Amino acid sequence: MEWIGFYNYWVVVVLMMVGFYIVIAQGNLIKKIVGLNIFQTSVFIFFISLAKLDGGTAPIYVEGVSDYSNPLPHVLILTAIVVGVALTAVGLALVVRIQELYGTIEEDEIHAQDEAE
Amino acid sequence: MGLVQLHLPAFQVILPMLAAPLVMLMARSPRAAWATATLVSWLSLAISLMLLVRVQAEGVVTYHMGGWLPPVGIEYRVDSVNILVLLVISFISAVVMPFARQSVASEVREDKHGYFYAAFLLANCGLLGIAITGDAFNIFVFFEIAALASYSLIATGRERQAVMASYQYLMMGTIGTTFLLIGIGFLYIMTGTLNLMDLAARLPEVNDTRTVRAALAFIVVGISLKLALFPLHLWLPNAYAYAPSMVTVFLSATATKVAIYVLMRFIFGVFGHELSFNELEMNLLLMPLAMLGILIPSIVAIFHTNIKRMFAYSSVAQVGYIILGISFASTLGLMASVLHLFNHAITKAALFMALGCIAYRLGGVSLIHMTGAGQRMPWTMTAFVIAGLSLIGVPLTAGFVTKWHLILAALDGGLWPIAVFLLGTSVLALLYVWRVVEVAFFRPPLRRIKVREAPLSLLLPTWFLTLACLYFGIETSLPVGLAERAAEALMGGYP
Repeated sequence: MEWIGFYNYWVVVVLMMVGFYIVIAQGNLIKKIVGLNIFQTSVFIFFISLAKLDGGTAPIYVEGVSDYSNPLPHVLILTAIVVGVALTAVGLALVVRIQELYGTIEEDEIHAQDEAE
Repeated sequence: MGLVQLHLPAFQVILPMLAAPLVMLMARSPRAAWATATLVSWLSLAISLMLLVRVQAEGVVTYHMGGWLPPVGIEYRVDSVNILVLLVISFISAVVMPFARQSVASEVREDKHGYFYAAFLLANCGLLGIAITGDAFNIFVFFEIAALASYSLIATGRERQAVMASYQYLMMGTIGTTFLLIGIGFLYIMTGTLNLMDLAARLPEVNDTRTVRAALAFIVVGISLKLALFPLHLWLPNAYAYAPSMVTVFLSATATKVAIYVLMRFIFGVFGHELSFNELEMNLLLMPLAMLGILIPSIVAIFHTNIKRMFAYSSVAQVGYIILGISFASTLGLMASVLHLFNHAITKAALFMALGCIAYRLGGVSLIHMTGAGQRMPWTMTAFVIAGLSLIGVPLTAGFVTKWHLILAALDGGLWPIAVFLLGTSVLALLYVWRVVEVAFFRPPLRRIKVREAPLSLLLPTWFLTLACLYFGIETSLPVGLAERAAEALMGGYP
């Protein structure tokens, strides 16, 4: 059963689609940001998974060990997580402003208000 | 070689990055914040020009961040392609800053100016970083720096729709950059490297795998979202229409252009046109999208009464022209694209600056506001008309030069229907520019307000860019020469 070996990647695909679907289908601006976070998290897991080597240990030099996991993707994802946090912060700040200006964070109500103007 | 010369590529990015927090600390004094940001943007332009001199002398300027040798370390690499992009970004920001003082003062709350200019510098830093770096993951990070800064810049717009426009841009922009990240991940699996040159050298061995093709697909779709390729352009019209005038000028001239540069870099430099066009026939995808992208937004633009939004749609159409040039997959087509990248940047910046002058004096940029503006603000409107002619592509303007080269490239590829199509769509541009001219010059001004000509600090940058449109329409050797070398370098893949 080879596909079980790709368990991580199946999780990545499922999370990615779940997140993407929420971003598209949800009308609530906060929920959209949650969806975006799930979408990004799936990519983080993808990078971490591809760094893993069968039988490899943490990339710290030890006598008698020859296989290590690749540390580079971990570092990349550390950066990407920081970027993700910043994006979430800006997104939420925008939602707060939208709530102040429109009195709602439902997309269709906002569009209705814009069209009424 | 002096220390500054040696570290020029690093200074190009680090200067605006370090100046941003400094400017933010000056939140109490808007004038000091503005002056510092202006100084930094001028220094950036000086650095770009010095890099241009070095690129013309040495061919390629490389810089190893922290002294780590590539492909392990991050490499900054300036060649004949991205020097042009660097010049466009730093030139536009150097011209837009003098314009910003009064324009921003009238459109953004005073206590926010420090943050505003800090965000501007960060956007500048991000865009320059995307252009200069030779590392795939670095491109992603700089994309996000530039994007985060532009979201906050757009959200400072006066109307409340600005915040919503910024939110929508955030959603679509993030999906775009995340797609890019997935694509980079696939490339890393297959090659174990992130350096663009190293990638280009190692990819041919694994070109036939599905992973590499998926990487190409993710990267192209992700970047297409960022550069607003039709039909992924939905974030652009609102973002440009509701952002403060100065932000619209800056973003319309630089943000989408840098994304186009990254697309060129990936499909020609990293994947190579052999894989992108001969094997996967991406031109069959890009060409129809580019043509639809020229046609539909141009028609939509004709029916809009908010002039800023109208020209935002026109920007989508102009992106279509650039992608069309790419889809020819020939040196001539690429050259036309690179040329249009430059010429459209100055043309659109001049147009949006003229609109900024109008917004400053008339308080809005709807057709109604502009009734009779030609008599009240003759200098502004004359600049508007000249830049408009350049947008249409009338001879003796910069726009004509690129249309000419695009048509030549189409004919060279044996695609004469596309040449006819290009001529036809110019008429659409004529239609929407004419609507403004008709209202502004051939109708009597509204009597209710006394309107004067825009102040000099707004007019001078506007006219500077307008004259640049004319200058580069007549004296074409500099951009054409640069574009020619850039196109040859891109077609040759990574040297």
